[in-house]
Amino acid sequence: MQVSMNINGEEISDDVEPRTLLVHFIRENAGLTGTNIGCDSSSCGACTLHLNGEAVKSCTVLAVQADGQELTTIEGLADGDILHPMQQAFHECHALQCGYCTPGMVMAAVSLLDEVPQPSEADVREGLEGNLCRCTGYHNIVAAVLQAAGGPR
Amino acid sequence: MIPVAFDYERATSTDHALSLLAEHGDEAKLLAGGHSLLPLMKYRLAAPAVVVDIGRLTDLSYIRSDGEVLAIGALTRHRDVEINDLVRSEVGLLAAATAKVGDPQVRHRGTLGGSLAHGDPASDLPAALIALRGTLIIQGPSGIREVAADDFFTGFLETDLGDDEMLTEVRIPKVPNARWSFQKFNRRAQDWAIVGAAVMVGSDSCGVGLVNMDSRPIRAMGVEAAVVSGASATDAAATAADGLEPPTDLNAGVDYRCHLARVLTRRGLEESGC
Ligand SMILES: Cc1cc2nc3c(=O)[nH]c(=O)nc-3n(C[C@H](O)[C@H](O)[C@H](O)COP(=O)(O)OP(=O)(O)OC[C@H]3O[C@@H](n4cnc5c(N)ncnc54)[C@H](O)[C@@H]3O)c2cc1C
Ligand code: FES
Ligand code: FES
Repeated sequence: MQVSMNINGEEISDDVEPRTLLVHFIRENAGLTGTNIGCDSSSCGACTLHLNGEAVKSCTVLAVQADGQELTTIEGLADGDILHPMQQAFHECHALQCGYCTPGMVMAAVSLLDEVPQPSEADVREGLEGNLCRCTGYHNIVAAVLQAAGGPR
Repeated sequence: MIPVAFDYERATSTDHALSLLAEHGDEAKLLAGGHSLLPLMKYRLAAPAVVVDIGRLTDLSYIRSDGEVLAIGALTRHRDVEINDLVRSEVGLLAAATAKVGDPQVRHRGTLGGSLAHGDPASDLPAALIALRGTLIIQGPSGIREVAADDFFTGFLETDLGDDEMLTEVRIPKVPNARWSFQKFNRRAQDWAIVGAAVMVGSDSCGVGLVNMDSRPIRAMGVEAAVVSGASATDAAATAADGLEPPTDLNAGVDYRCHLARVLTRRGLEESGC
């Protein structure tokens, strides 16, 4: 089936089997490998990207469900060499170690601030409930999101 | 994990979805948010030959006041329910239960109708609907019918829905003055409830729905009767697990689940002013 979607501002079309998962379309058809696959079972959040502006787990969406929609992946956040404020905050707060969870974590965090622009620490911890990090212990991730939101409250 | 190959049909209206179901019978499955069906298909526990995508029927995504009732379209996503002012003020228990479903990513995709139609006793929303005495509007080839929540959930992942029918709306009596509490017990973030209790207490009424305490989402009838006849929260909650057959799994055995049901029901009743 022919699907077409706007990914990071670019129209991408391809012919896929209906059972193709969105995360596979993004990585293999669109060639955008920033979005990772971790658990492949909607638990870890590594595959998080934005579908029409909202964070979703792309291992649990079919490519055909995203046909005609707008997507943003981690590659679409920075403006050339200028990092998105959330990426900058992750960098400054040392909010990553191995980096595997980072693309999904950043995408979930950006979506969280869209919905709750001035979160408390508890809001951030609950808002990132769907993303697992096996390295950092979360502390610096939470600090980064609070910094990106304009400092702790 | 990749699902078994299937034919994909995208419904453009409720009638179109119903005609596709009529055409393909039990070979077909409706796909709403996909957050119960797709995991099952990826694990190959489900392998429908035809998937009918109803995810774009935006006319079934709404929350409206209809006299004494709040009407919610089956395709309304968890996120839209969770933050809606009408839901919060008229049937606050549903908003609270919905906010506890999975994580934000899950709530951006999953729908109220999909959660109810899935009929999982471990889900949060069926218990809330039972406590709130909601009803379900079902559309099929022979027209529209309305079923009470108690009669809708018939067994483990089984509901009263026929293969050729679709859930279109959920109707919940408004209870702006009721007090309520949603108690969900789990050990890890984003997990399903090991046991949960949805509690609603009005001036002369009480509703209690339990999560994961039987093969289907279930009403704690003994607790409700005890509260209405004036029993204390502790005495009423003592009956919470009576007659129920909760599952045993890695998280909990029967005795522990029964204990949790009594404790969570008591906390819920206390929080609801009993
Ligand atoms: C990681 C994760 C964590 C979760 N945690 C929780 C949790 O803590 N608590 C909880 O309650 N739920 C949880 N869920 C489930 C979530 O709430 C699902 O969104 C919901 O159960 C199904 O809704 P859906 O719209 O995604 O349905 P789908 O997956 O699209 O469909 C589910 C079933 O219902 C049928 N169906 C869907 N819509 C209709 C309709 N209108 N008429 C007739 N049949 C229909 C489908 O054919 C299918 O059989 C979780 C899911 C995931 C992936
Ligand atoms: S890979 Fe999608 S949630 Fe883990
Ligand atoms: S930085 Fe390694 S998993 Fe998060």
